[in-house]
Amino acid sequence: MKELLLISGLGVLSLLSGLLNLRKGFLLIVILGLLGNIGLSIADWNLNEDVYGMMLMDNFALAFNIVMSVSAILWFISASSYFNNDNNFSDHFSLVLFSMCGGLVLLSYSNMSMLFLGIEILSIPLFVLVGSDKTKLSSNEAAFKYFLLGAFATAFLLFGIALIYGATGSFQNATIAAKLSEGPANAMAFTGMLLMLVAMAFKVSAAPFHFWAPDVYQGAPSYITAFMATVVKTVAFAAFYRLFSSTFGSMQAEYRIIFAAIAALTLLIANFTAAVQTNVKRLLAYSSISHAGFMMIALLCMANNTSGILLYYVLVYSISSIAAFSIFEIVRTQSNGKEDIDAFKGLIRRNRWLAGVFAFSMLSMSGIPPMAGFMAKYLVFTAAIDNGYMWLALIGIVGSLIAVYYYFKVIIAMFGHESDEAPISITASQKFILVLCALGLIALSIFPNLVINQLG
Amino acid sequence: MQLISGIPLIYYIYLSAAMFSIGALGVMIRRNAIIMFMCIELMLNAVNLLMVAFSSYMGDNSAQVFVFFIMAVAAAEVAVGLAILIMIYRNANTSDTEVLNQLKF
Repeated sequence: MKELLLISGLGVLSLLSGLLNLRKGFLLIVILGLLGNIGLSIADWNLNEDVYGMMLMDNFALAFNIVMSVSAILWFISASSYFNNDNNFSDHFSLVLFSMCGGLVLLSYSNMSMLFLGIEILSIPLFVLVGSDKTKLSSNEAAFKYFLLGAFATAFLLFGIALIYGATGSFQNATIAAKLSEGPANAMAFTGMLLMLVAMAFKVSAAPFHFWAPDVYQGAPSYITAFMATVVKTVAFAAFYRLFSSTFGSMQAEYRIIFAAIAALTLLIANFTAAVQTNVKRLLAYSSISHAGFMMIALLCMANNTSGILLYYVLVYSISSIAAFSIFEIVRTQSNGKEDIDAFKGLIRRNRWLAGVFAFSMLSMSGIPPMAGFMAKYLVFTAAIDNGYMWLALIGIVGSLIAVYYYFKVIIAMFGHESDEAPISITASQKFILVLCALGLIALSIFPNLVINQLG
Repeated sequence: MQLISGIPLIYYIYLSAAMFSIGALGVMIRRNAIIMFMCIELMLNAVNLLMVAFSSYMGDNSAQVFVFFIMAVAAAEVAVGLAILIMIYRNANTSDTEVLNQLKF
C-alpha cells in the first residue's frame, strides 16, 4: 500500500511541478522516489500485507515491483532527453508515473476488479503517451491501433470475469480458486478462463494476438516504445502468471496445451518475421515479441514454480531492451531520422560506446553463452524439458538460432562497414546509462541465483 | 429485482453473448472509427447486462459495484479515444481508418 501511495504521490507532484518550479530537478526527485519504492518493497518483504482484501503485497508482487522500479529508473535516465525537449514535460512525467501505479495494482491484485482497474490504469496513460508525437500521422495511427485493440482486449477480459463470476459467485481470487478446485470445470468457467487467456495474451503480445505490437512499437516515440517493451511487459507477464497460477491453478490440465501452442506460435512467427525486417525499430519490436514466446514457456511450466525464472528473464530482457532502444533513438536522431539498418552502418567509426553496448545487448538478447541472456534462455529450456515439453524446447532453440541471424545482421552492419557520416557525441548521462546497463547485464550473468532464489 | 428474475437466467446469457459477438464483429468489419468505438461500447454493455443478471440471481451486490467501475472506466477510455480520433482528423481530415496505413511491413 505504501508503495502505491508513494508512486501516485510522485505522479501528483509532477502535475504540480510547473507550479512549484521543480522542473529542473524533477528527474532526480522521481529517481529518488523510485529508489524509495525499492526500499519500501525490501522493508515489506515476507510481511504479506493484505490491503482490504483487494491487493496482497506478497513476495511475488514485491519482487516484480523491484524489477519494475529498476527498469523504470534506467528508463527515466535514458529518456531524459525525451522529457527535456518538450513543452508537456509535467504531463508526460505524470502519465508515466500513473501508468506505473496501474502496474503496481496489477502486480498485487487479489480481486478481479483490481485486475480490471490495474489494466486500465496501466493502459489509458499509455494510449496518450503513444500518440504524444501529435503532428506525426504514424504516431496517431499507433495510438489509435493501441487504443482500439486495448479496449477490445479489455472487453474480452470483462466478459471472462463476468462468466467466472457466474460460475463461482465471487470476484475474490482465493474464493474462485477454492470453488474451481471442488470439481471438474463446467462450461461457463471454462469459457470465462479462455476469454481471460485471450485478453492476457493480447496484453503481453503473444501470437496469434501479437499483430498490434509491431505497428504500435514502430509508430510510438522510441522512448515510449522502450517503456512499453520493458516496464509494461514485466507487469503484464506478472499479472498473467498470478492469474493462472493461483486463480486458475486447478484448471492446468485444460490450459497447458493452449499455453504450449501460444508459446510455439509466438516463437516461430516472431523470429521468422523479424529475420526479413530492414527497419531496426520494427526488428526490435519483433524481437520483443519473440522474448514473449520464451516467457510463455516459463509460464507454461508454472507447476514447478518458475516465478524466479520469469523474474530473471524479465530483468535481463528489460535491461538489454532499454540499452538497445535508447541507442536506437540516439542513432536515429543523428542520422536524419533514418530507421533502417543502413543508419547503423559503420557505427563503430562514429561512436565506439554506442556500437559496443548495442552489440553487447544484442548478444545478450540472442543468448550467446557467457551472456545473461543465455542463462535466462537456458533456465527456460530446462524448465520446459523437466515438464516433458522437449518439442517446445527444440522450437525455442530453432527460434534462438534465427534470432542470432537477425541480430548479427545489425552487428555486422555496425562493425563491418566504413562510414563517412559525422561522429556522434553523447552526453554524460547517456554514457552513464549505457555503462550501467552493460554492467548490470554482466552482474546478472555472473550471479543469476541472486535473483532467481528470491522466489525459489 | 423481481422483474429481472422473471426471465430465466440462460436468456440473459444468450442475449449478452449475442450483443458481445455483434460488437466484436463490428470492430473487425467496420472501417469508420466512430462506429468501431460504438461497437466496443456495445461489448462493454453486454458485460454489464451479464453482471447485473448474475448479481440479481445470486443475491450478491458486488457485481453491481463492478458495473459502476466498468461504466466509469469506459467513459474515461472513450474520452482518450475521441481525443486520439480528433488528432487523426486534424492530420488526415477524415475519420475513416483506411488512411491509417503508415505502419506496415
